[in-house]
Amino acid sequence: MVLAEDLAKQQRSISVAEFFEKNKHLLGFDSPTRGIITTIKEAVDNSLDACEEAQVLPDIYVSVTRLEKDVFRIVVEDNGPGIVPENVPFVFGKLLYGSRFHQIRQSRGQQGIGISAAVLYAQLTTGVPTKVISRTGARTPAHSFELMIKTETNEPDIRVHREIEWDRMHGTRVEIEFKATLAAKKRLLDYLRYTAVVNPHARIRGEIDGEPCTFERVSDEVPPCPKAIAPHPHGIEFGLLKRMAEASTAKLEEFLVEGFSRVGRKSAEEILGVAGLKGSRKASALSSQELKALLEAMQAVQVPPPPASQCLSPIGEELIVQGIEKEYPVDFIKARTRKSSVHSGHPFIVEAALGYGGKLPAEGQAQMLRFANRVPLLYQQGACAITNAVAGVNWKAYNLSQQGLPTGAVMVLVHVASTNVPFTSESKDAVAAIPEIEKEITLALQELGRELKTYLNRRDRSRQQEDRARAICSIIPDIAAKVSEIVEQPPVDTAPLEGRIMRRLVAKKRTLDGQVELSVHNYTAKPVSLSLSLLSPDAAQDAIPKPDFVDRVGDDYTKVWKCALDPEASWGARYTGGGGGTLDVRGVDDRVKVVVDLDV
Amino acid sequence: MSRKTTDALAETRLVGIARFWYDQMTGGDLPSISMPTRTKQNIAYDDESGVWKYGERESTRSAGSAKSALHILKMAYVIGFLKQQLRENRSSTLRELYYISEGWKRAKFAAQDESNLLIEDMEILTELSREAFHLRPEEDGASIYGPLKLREQTRRGEREIHCQEDVGEAGYPIPNNVENIEFLEHDAKFVIAIETGGMYARLMENGFDEEYGAVLVHLKGQPARSTRRALKRMNEDLGLPLVVFTDGDPWSYRIFGSIAYGSIKAAHMSELLATPGAQFVGVQPSDISDYDLPSDALTEGDIAALKAELTDPRFDTDYWKKQIGLQLQMKLKSEQQAFASRGLDFVTKEYLPTRLSEMGIL
Repeated sequence: MVLAEDLAKQQRSISVAEFFEKNKHLLGFDSPTRGIITTIKEAVDNSLDACEEAQVLPDIYVSVTRLEKDVFRIVVEDNGPGIVPENVPFVFGKLLYGSRFHQIRQSRGQQGIGISAAVLYAQLTTGVPTKVISRTGARTPAHSFELMIKTETNEPDIRVHREIEWDRMHGTRVEIEFKATLAAKKRLLDYLRYTAVVNPHARIRGEIDGEPCTFERVSDEVPPCPKAIAPHPHGIEFGLLKRMAEASTAKLEEFLVEGFSRVGRKSAEEILGVAGLKGSRKASALSSQELKALLEAMQAVQVPPPPASQCLSPIGEELIVQGIEKEYPVDFIKARTRKSSVHSGHPFIVEAALGYGGKLPAEGQAQMLRFANRVPLLYQQGACAITNAVAGVNWKAYNLSQQGLPTGAVMVLVHVASTNVPFTSESKDAVAAIPEIEKEITLALQELGRELKTYLNRRDRSRQQEDRARAICSIIPDIAAKVSEIVEQPPVDTAPLEGRIMRRLVAKKRTLDGQVELSVHNYTAKPVSLSLSLLSPDAAQDAIPKPDFVDRVGDDYTKVWKCALDPEASWGARYTGGGGGTLDVRGVDDRVKVVVDLDV
Repeated sequence: MSRKTTDALAETRLVGIARFWYDQMTGGDLPSISMPTRTKQNIAYDDESGVWKYGERESTRSAGSAKSALHILKMAYVIGFLKQQLRENRSSTLRELYYISEGWKRAKFAAQDESNLLIEDMEILTELSREAFHLRPEEDGASIYGPLKLREQTRRGEREIHCQEDVGEAGYPIPNNVENIEFLEHDAKFVIAIETGGMYARLMENGFDEEYGAVLVHLKGQPARSTRRALKRMNEDLGLPLVVFTDGDPWSYRIFGSIAYGSIKAAHMSELLATPGAQFVGVQPSDISDYDLPSDALTEGDIAALKAELTDPRFDTDYWKKQIGLQLQMKLKSEQQAFASRGLDFVTKEYLPTRLSEMGIL
């Protein structure tokens, strides 16, 4: 008994703030390197969400400044709707305070831990209060705060509060100082770039340790703000059902129809029948036992999936393509937005994009861009269901090599949007392995894979044709010359061979002893008229025949000849010059023309 | 055949390839070459000569792609060069050919492997050896030590050499063109080809050549063509049986294979280079257990090589199937010098005499 009494003296409640002080890793503050990224991520997420709600085109400024060797000041400023002064201390100075937690709709931030956790982290590492400026409109003044968190009670500690002049009409600025390192600078820039990719309506300016960067907006449309929906009977847990029932004044049947998505009279009657409850009873009068039976019935009865169109906001195929194209020059890019689907009563939509070629590195594994509710996922790639799904696709069937992930000049983007994205942990780094979600990702990637394969095949075919044209129009004449010399016979004329095999219009350029020679042969069955243009440093003043048109472009000249050729006919021109440049034929379909530069 | 006639034949055959292309092109066709495919699936045993040669499978390469067209262009340049070399009665090494191609613009070789392979292609097409084109390999031949007297036609005149009395410990170095050698007389009972320098020196030091009338030939690893040609000639011209003594691992069995049956890469030369009667002495996988030799575990590469040999038609005999099967089971390999674990004399006093009597050589 003495022991129990001793123990009792030590037993007391733990405030959330104290709990998180000891469990920083749960929030993404486990290392000084991650702190900066997590803070910026939380602040930018909040800004984007706020701008969306206010239907403002986001203009976000992010800066990281080194104050001392290991102390950094992080500033994030937006042009969002601002926060009313009464709420500012709670938003930044109280953990688990938020507007979106209780709503069922897609949003970036959810629990309301993020930004206040950064405030707490600052207070723990430097002891410097966080500065917040916010203004809600032109007619109201801006309010400036200096805030900390009382860890024992999880209440805001307002050090300074005053009205100030601010040049922004509306928006919020937060300034946090904490101990960190910038070892993950590249990852931070990646984060900003990825964010820009999936938020093409946002303009993000950054100044990271003195290095400025800008990600321009490419779309002037603010995505519609997702609307909250009532919970779906398949996605509800006992606690919430109990709270909803207690707060309700309606009869049971009304309670089901009005309180839940997709429950009509018929479904309600079916649920009540299975649960063995009368619809005329008051919802608030149900016992725990009865509520349990109700919950079981709700989950057993077939109900249409929750409405995804209002509560989810996919980026859309066109905007994903635009977003990728502005940040990554690729040769092929296709995006796919799947229809909505459901996991445990929560609607979700999978979007994916596949990019190929361009400046993507030709070696190594594919570049992976993972997103959940428009937020880039930067850590724990290996533990993420998205990565698993990508590795589970048989990419070899789409002409890509594969070692787990596909390899080569490939980028894979996957976005999972849901009212409740299942993460593997609270730091929200990786999507949990939910079969329904993995299946949707796989289907999206397979569709894209087929399109990539078509593209690659077409590209290979045209490469093969080019290769063949090059062999026949450029190497065969060399073979003919050498072989004729060996057998001591007159040179073979390879033109008939060329014509028979090519059946096309062949234009050639060759430079020999300071003379540039152009020739065009029409091996097709139809007469053609074309213009031949050559951009090179030569002025070609002595050209025979004279060009129909010469234009000076910087140090180069564009020379244009026009000619009409019957089948079997040929045309030639020559002039004194050093060669080089590019030859182009216009007026003839790409499929029946071959341009060969014998000087290359 | 006199040198003049062989040179004329070589030129005719080389120019013949070019003429074939010339006719193809004047006839409106793409130039092409047809060759047997050079893989182990396409080597077949030739009853008449008793060696393995290329089989029926052929591949045709026509100048319809840039790669094949370039290949033919390079070949045309090489033919042009060799024709001139034959006419001027000059010669060059394979390496020199590679450097000469520097001046051929697009037809220049990217690496020496490429020019070596192309020369092998030309040997197949002309049915002549590269020596006929006045091309020498870079590789130096191995050496001979034993009771054998020969005459070598050198650039500085004829030399008569006795391979025990007139040479140092390194032995008589086999020249690139073995046709310049004439065997005069010998007092030997057999020829033993040895893979490693250490074992070659051991046999010499222990006086094995004198005691048993053996001609020792040091292979220096995978034997050069000249070494294989010298072995073949000693076997054919002098009627001496040939035995091969190597390490006990898959790579060494391939050395034996190339000596006895011909190599896959040069199967077109098998008739000149392979010695069908050659016998394998060891180290046999059964020796490893019989003599309790110090051994190493097989690597993954070793195992793969042994398995490849099981599908190689040259090793498709009961003897090799049994030995390779045994080795795969033991997962062990031993070097020839592992016999030293039983004393330095063991190999010459015990192992070789026993094994050679077993084989009917002694």
